[in-house]
Amino acid sequence: MGKQRYRITSYIIGGTLLGFLAMALLVNTTTLGENVWLRVFFGVSALNFTLRASVPLILGAMSGILCERTGIINIGIEGMMLAGAFAAFVAKTSTNHWPLMNSLLFGVAIALAVGGAMGWLHAVFSIRYRMDQIISGTVLIILAAGISAYLFDRNAVAEGKFGAIPLPGLSQIPVLGEVIFTNPPLTYTTLILVAVIHFALFYTKWGLRSRACGEHPRAADTVGINVNRFRYMNTIIGGMLAGLAGGFLVLEAVGQFQEGMTAGRGFISLAAMIFGNWMPFGAMGAAMLFGYTQALQNELLLAGVTTVPRQFVSMIPYVVTIIAVSGFVGRVRPPAAEGKVYETEGGSE
Amino acid sequence: MNASSLRRIGQMLLIPILAVFTALVVGALVMWIFGDDPLAAYRGLINGAFGSPRAWSTTIRKMTPLILTGLSVAVAFKAGLFNIGASGQFIIGTVCSVAVGINFAGLPVFIHLPLAMLAGVAGGMLWGFIPGVLKVFTGAHEVIVTIMLNYVASLFAGWTVYAGGTQGQTPGPLWDTAAGPISRTPEVFESARIPWIFGDPYRIHWGVVLALAVALLMWWIIFKTTLGFATRTVGANNKAARYAGINVKWITILTMMIAGGLAGLAGAIETLGLNHRFAPEFTGGVGFDGITVALLGQTNPLGVVLSAFLLGALDAGGARMQFDSGVAADIIQVIQALVLAFVAAPMIIRQLYRLRKPSDQIESTVFSSGWGR
Repeated sequence: MGKQRYRITSYIIGGTLLGFLAMALLVNTTTLGENVWLRVFFGVSALNFTLRASVPLILGAMSGILCERTGIINIGIEGMMLAGAFAAFVAKTSTNHWPLMNSLLFGVAIALAVGGAMGWLHAVFSIRYRMDQIISGTVLIILAAGISAYLFDRNAVAEGKFGAIPLPGLSQIPVLGEVIFTNPPLTYTTLILVAVIHFALFYTKWGLRSRACGEHPRAADTVGINVNRFRYMNTIIGGMLAGLAGGFLVLEAVGQFQEGMTAGRGFISLAAMIFGNWMPFGAMGAAMLFGYTQALQNELLLAGVTTVPRQFVSMIPYVVTIIAVSGFVGRVRPPAAEGKVYETEGGSE
Repeated sequence: MNASSLRRIGQMLLIPILAVFTALVVGALVMWIFGDDPLAAYRGLINGAFGSPRAWSTTIRKMTPLILTGLSVAVAFKAGLFNIGASGQFIIGTVCSVAVGINFAGLPVFIHLPLAMLAGVAGGMLWGFIPGVLKVFTGAHEVIVTIMLNYVASLFAGWTVYAGGTQGQTPGPLWDTAAGPISRTPEVFESARIPWIFGDPYRIHWGVVLALAVALLMWWIIFKTTLGFATRTVGANNKAARYAGINVKWITILTMMIAGGLAGLAGAIETLGLNHRFAPEFTGGVGFDGITVALLGQTNPLGVVLSAFLLGALDAGGARMQFDSGVAADIIQVIQALVLAFVAAPMIIRQLYRLRKPSDQIESTVFSSGWGR
């Protein structure tokens, strides 16, 4: 352990990233791009797909970080995401006759609200009723799947979705402009949110207090922090972020709702959170790695590579997750008081 | 049986019964809010589950795999482990038993059938062994690993029966060459099928008896053997167990293997008894339902049988309910989530019905352990 090892790790990660960027630039601007394999790994379409696939994972991981930093395990991200997606779909389809942008923004608002409500439910179950937090998360997952299937109107069609907004000037940069600065609004929002959450967690009073609740609730209580209020608040915000991830799927990525459309993204974001050591930027990096594996699988299919069965390529993100959690959990450190009910001294509530 | 033990049993049953009742009421409320007729729905549900001999046979058929996946989750809970992986273990069990069932023509029934079942159990055990070993040696939380293995299992199973693609992809090894473009396995040989107790139209096979016997066996192992005692000690207090000289690592791995084996057996029984083949549509949904079954049964093997019966009935009645009253059968899943919520948080039920806390802590069964060690 120790600083030395962290420095070496960050050199390795940074070096790989730089090499990757250099390759991406070369492949997309020179004749190297004629090689099928290089295009599969570094082509603009692979990079675009990576970002698109990572956005819900990043938002899910942020949701997990906010909850877990205050001591609430949130395994229900999957359910919150699905609820958000369904809510966004219902909001969008019922306002199809509105101007497109208004209707889409209304969808986002409803996704946030429903995600927040799911977060509130998780908090009520696990704080007020002391339900095991992992089971409470499981309840949310089954509930979201059940309600969305029960209410889903298979004939409803959401018309239109968010389109890309190229940022003036920045979008002219070769490769990077195309990949990062030509995106729909929720993607930008997500990238900004990561920085905001990092700043809020580590440089504000709110962040310090939140983290205190997750590390040593008794000490936090002693200095006058209302531990359970912080846990409620952050779980609700976390739920909103997961709901936004669902909204992204419906309003920006796919444009429609399908039953069970989150397809395990909530769980992968949990793995990204663990992989990223409960740090916003770390989790974002991990989420992008998972997004990249999904992009590879897509690019291989598009390039007509049939030597490897499709199903095995699709396994990559899941297997990488298993390797990530088993290789890294020993080295990362979860918040100390995670998963434990906090009762104030001398009785309940 | 004396009065005090009767009261004890009554106390154990009270919360689950009230939980189911409350979930049905809230479910009715949800249906009413969204403009469905709950009374018609529940009438259809009861008809579909118990209205006729056919309905009863459907309930029993649905109950059979739920007993085993419920046991799978319950056994893991006893050791403080949360096995969300029963559906993956179920799928692997299915694939392994089919692989044996469609090969080895000409074997006598008393060899072929047990062999196919054992293959299913072994496959499930392997799928339980992986998270167990990873947890013990690397600290990877079994919840994440089992969930990921669920996806890997269904992709793997999908590959084994894959019919090949238009771009010339090679078909999977278990694919039925006679099925053309349909991805599925051929039917297992007659000698690998579990015989019917009641044939068509009831379609009840001896697997249900086997499942009940396994439940009894698990009850005996958990409560009457040293191994069961060690498992329960590990679940109740990991540190104390280590202090008492119990090999916690070994118990963890073994429990996950047993849990996986039970879910694998569920898969084997479901295929060899009922479906006789595997196709990607046969998902491991019963594995996820196993969580509700286990918690509703208070992680007691005999309780698991009762709750599997109840959930089997809900499942069986769902189709009839949708047919009779037009209420989408997916509402059943909502009711299940509510049941799970109320069982896992007895405080809600207690406040709702103004019950006092029981004298002894009989219902604190489950503890989560965070992501760390």
